[in-house]
Amino acid sequence: MNARQITLYTVLLAATLVAPFLFPDFRTQLATLWLMIIVALTWDMTGGQMGYNSLGNIFFYGTGMYVAAVIAIGLVYDVGEYTDAAGGGRFDFTDAQYFTGMLLGTIGAGIFCSMTAVVIGYLTFGLRGPYFAIGTLGVAIAAGELVSNWDWVGGGQGIALPVYPGDFDVGKLVFYYLFAGIGVVLFVFLKWLYSTRFGAAINAIRDDEAKAEAMGLHTLRYKLTTWAMAAFFVGMVGAISAFQLIHFEPLESAYQTINLGIFMVVCVLLGGKGTLWGPIVGAVLFHVFKEVTWNYLLGWQWVALGALIVITVVYFQDGLMGWLMHRKPEWFGIRVEEKTAGADR
Amino acid sequence: MTSIIDIQDVSKSYGGVVANAGVSMSVESGGITGLIGPNGSGKTTLFNSIVGYHPIDHGSIRFEGKEISKLPVQQIARLGLLRTFQQTRIYGAMNCVENMLISMPHRKMSFFDAFERNRSKDYERADVLLDFVGLYEKRFLRAGSLSFGQQKLLEFAMALMNEPTALLLDEPTAGINPTLINGLIDRLKRANTEFGITLFIIEHNMRVIMNMADKIYCLAHGRLLAEGTPEQIQNNQKVVDAYLGAH
Repeated sequence: MNARQITLYTVLLAATLVAPFLFPDFRTQLATLWLMIIVALTWDMTGGQMGYNSLGNIFFYGTGMYVAAVIAIGLVYDVGEYTDAAGGGRFDFTDAQYFTGMLLGTIGAGIFCSMTAVVIGYLTFGLRGPYFAIGTLGVAIAAGELVSNWDWVGGGQGIALPVYPGDFDVGKLVFYYLFAGIGVVLFVFLKWLYSTRFGAAINAIRDDEAKAEAMGLHTLRYKLTTWAMAAFFVGMVGAISAFQLIHFEPLESAYQTINLGIFMVVCVLLGGKGTLWGPIVGAVLFHVFKEVTWNYLLGWQWVALGALIVITVVYFQDGLMGWLMHRKPEWFGIRVEEKTAGADR
Repeated sequence: MTSIIDIQDVSKSYGGVVANAGVSMSVESGGITGLIGPNGSGKTTLFNSIVGYHPIDHGSIRFEGKEISKLPVQQIARLGLLRTFQQTRIYGAMNCVENMLISMPHRKMSFFDAFERNRSKDYERADVLLDFVGLYEKRFLRAGSLSFGQQKLLEFAMALMNEPTALLLDEPTAGINPTLINGLIDRLKRANTEFGITLFIIEHNMRVIMNMADKIYCLAHGRLLAEGTPEQIQNNQKVVDAYLGAH
């Protein structure tokens, strides 16, 4: 890293840390922005870097919510009794129980989602292109329907988790830093991952999987590992979302295929697939666009969003970063070298 | 010399079309073997059978004495038996150096090696081989932006990067500028002599294959029509007839 990059990252990190104090009214909004960045970055791991456009990543978000809730509740009470709406029992959590539940629930959700990604990936990675997209979408929709008929986890009612103990505003701050922390860790992790041979291998799978196989790459192993890593992070943010939302239900908030499930794809397309910064830039633009239209174009907000998607897909297929790469290839190291003294360097 | 690829009585049909029928041949270790035949005579089908692209109906294929006809593509590649494609296949969105680096021999890599960065000797080897095929100046261009001929050269360099024991080349000179062909013949020969890679080449350009191969097999209508040295093949009336359509 050169001095300019260090300055840039220092400024960004400082902005991340002070943002909730500069804009105290927007703490939840900023937390949601980080959520968008995380789901966009993880979607791009398979969609952009590996060429597998999943429409089912929302499955890990919803599953993360449920796994975390079941762990947090199960540590203290019987889950079936807790979710039994007719029971009318009273369930209190001490501070220690709440935070232990949140910590173990979040980690457990990440690990569980990683493992399910391996199983689902093993079944669906035989599908290519649009078939993979529809196959994974099917998994997410089916999961939502199954869970909404499963009374032990609250069925269609969903689950109401305990409220954050202590000051409500401090709670908002805690959730912001949880999302931001995972986001920063994810960014550093991906920056490293994409610089390794592993990153190059999944790029090769994207460009020509049959060639990668013919060259002896362990393609299935790389695909499963990538998806499991993505699912780990999505599962964790799903878990934190569950505690932030307090109450969630299966179809609209957990397995919300048509909202967050599509938004994460739009973020990446807007910013540029297959780049590290594209999903981040796209998530910021998308979130601002969405909040502005939801406020000032209420009633037409879905139309505006649809128009944005159409314009992106038709005119900016490579996204903002891709457009930049066409305009300024030298910024990205694409150049013809003069012939120098042979191959020794 | 001992044979490195042994093909015994291999048959493959697509529905009613018999692409290979009872083909037997052997590729000698360290040599250059040619495979010729008119269009549709089953040459590429045979290559695909060898590298595991599809199951064969009948017969046996051995590589270094090991039966490989039931193995999947990746495993065969990791044994050190590699192929290039008639329609070139490169990783279009990556630059030439990245294309080279990802072609490192994966049979020598463990899962955790994948989480390392490439070492400087890997970069050096990539540069040397790109220089070897004459793409050194273009090494930071996206591979997809290269011309078809250049992509063929890149694909060849990628194959060399993989350090295969044997390399199957499907029409290496097709689509390459005639003035570059001489250079390519020279490089193929050097890959054989300097790097010790056994070559098995499908080629339509008779001048090229007669120049390079120690031994040539000729297929027609999915069957082995003739085998022998380039001179024997050139003087074989059945081969001449097959190419002129008499067969």
